[in-house]
Amino acid sequence: MVKNLTTIAILSSLILVLVVTTNLLGVRLFDRIAINLCIALVLVLGLQVFMGNSGILSFAHIGFMGIGAYTTAVLTIPIRMKGMSLPDLYPIVAGIELSPYVAIPIGGLVAAAVAAAVSYPLMRLSDAAAVITSFALLVVLHTVITHWSEVTNGPRTLFGLPRVTDLNLAAGAAIFAIVAAVAFKESRAGLLLRSSRDDEVAAGAMGAHIPRLRWQAFILSALFAGIGGALWGHFITSFSPKAFFLKETFVILGMLVIGGANTVTGAVFGTIIVTVTFESLRALEAGINQTNIFSEQVVGLTEIVLALAMIAVLVLRPGGLFATNEIGALLGRHSRKKENG
Amino acid sequence: MIDVLSLGGAYALMALGLVIVYGILRLVNFAYGELIMVAGYSMYLVSGSGLPWLVMAAIAVLMAILAGIATDYVAFRPVRAKSVTAVLITSFAFSTLLQNAALLFISPRPRNVPLPKIFSETVQFAGVITPARNLITIAAAVLLLALFSWLMRRSVLGIAMRAAATNFTMARMLGVPANLIISSAFAISGLLAGVVSMLWIGRIGAVVPGIGLEPLLIAFIATVIGGMRSLQGAVLGGFLLAFMDTTLNFTLPQDLLKFRDAFTFSLVILILLWRPQGLIKGPASGERT
Repeated sequence: MVKNLTTIAILSSLILVLVVTTNLLGVRLFDRIAINLCIALVLVLGLQVFMGNSGILSFAHIGFMGIGAYTTAVLTIPIRMKGMSLPDLYPIVAGIELSPYVAIPIGGLVAAAVAAAVSYPLMRLSDAAAVITSFALLVVLHTVITHWSEVTNGPRTLFGLPRVTDLNLAAGAAIFAIVAAVAFKESRAGLLLRSSRDDEVAAGAMGAHIPRLRWQAFILSALFAGIGGALWGHFITSFSPKAFFLKETFVILGMLVIGGANTVTGAVFGTIIVTVTFESLRALEAGINQTNIFSEQVVGLTEIVLALAMIAVLVLRPGGLFATNEIGALLGRHSRKKENG
Repeated sequence: MIDVLSLGGAYALMALGLVIVYGILRLVNFAYGELIMVAGYSMYLVSGSGLPWLVMAAIAVLMAILAGIATDYVAFRPVRAKSVTAVLITSFAFSTLLQNAALLFISPRPRNVPLPKIFSETVQFAGVITPARNLITIAAAVLLLALFSWLMRRSVLGIAMRAAATNFTMARMLGVPANLIISSAFAISGLLAGVVSMLWIGRIGAVVPGIGLEPLLIAFIATVIGGMRSLQGAVLGGFLLAFMDTTLNFTLPQDLLKFRDAFTFSLVILILLWRPQGLIKGPASGERT
């Protein structure tokens, strides 16, 4: 119990340190990076809740992020803007304009509800079949988002969301996500689910209702993804369905895999490391593009580095940086060793 | 009808390339679409050389085969003994790697690829006028499928591969060299991807970094419909999918047509739930490693 609290405390204080330094520095660019980091953290933790505890790779999460973002968009775009940004919106919802602070949790809830409705039968599958269905689910969600013009403005960019996500809100959500992820991991359901990850047959024989456990984790993680998406929507204020597809899936997955999918600590550190690397590489890319050394724009460098890092981590350290133990437990063991020795 | 056959032939080849790897390794090779892209870009890169088209196509297919083997070495062999998830992630990472390498070193914009004249001509066949490339696709599909089934049934390599697909551990104990088999599976997968690439680009006429996504998705659906572990199933799934696509194109109202992908992928999910083996069952699954 103490070690869990230590984990939460250390990880949350990391976020707090981040907020304080960013505020002290007061550079707009850092501000943006820090907000991005916190939002990514919510998404990665969402994926961790499902993938880390159940051991099943899921591609669908970015789809739920999209649901969250579009839900909050429909609810919060000011009424006078709606005629322009969503000309074909259904009249019932066209008159609604909620405060973003109400709409963000609703975005999460809608994503969770969709997840709950579609995913129960999928949770019976394991291994490759489960991965393919989650991939198929991502494609289905993407197709629907791209073509449901009445609500999403089709493949075109949707604009007009109020910009409310600031660093404090994003950091608050990230800390909340850390606490929730640790709490779920250590709860009865989380423990049972982790036992099913390590040995599905044995866990089933001991009476764990595996599909239902996975279902619960999936809903929770869709809730995270929806909230993350909604926060992102209010941060970026205009986006198109392209933002919720394979490229982003890859980035989120990369963060989780590099850090270590099985632990919350891994998710947090993976997010931080990848975000920092990403931003510096992006700055490098921009720098190269500005100097005009090459005739064409340099694109894709960041993804190449991330892909190489992922392969390297999986080859050298398959569990990621923090494979099994949370940081609290690691520190606890360290101090006990000192006392004994 | 010719449309269905030609589309089905192309789909069947795509599915076959995916399933040959899956059958043995239980690895969904996400980098499969990028093999198609590699072949396309090789075409583009050698297009200035003035070689005859067939030679260029052969070089492109060869490149796809090499890329297939590279997939094995980079993304697969180092993590083979670890979890299924790790393998899936590395293949996904390798796919992104290749795609972004194309973005970085070549260009994000489409590149034209040389095509022989015959691809754009139309011919009259059995009373209907049809583009010649459809007939070429059918011919290529029939030829390759025949060759392939002969290879799998008669040659030592084919028999060893089928044995490995049925029970990997046992095959290995009986002296089947595992690494060789796996590499050749990837090579064949690359060969098929190369040919598919020629046919696919024959329809579009240009190559972009994201070109592999659509064939990958198609191959995905076709294999799931037909049976993830059976080669006949993959072929059948390819033709069924082509038939379905063509029918849906004609029957669905315009409003719903946009959602065609959503329909086909929902079907994938349903099939996996209702009949995880697909329409044609493969050999009983053995342990991979």
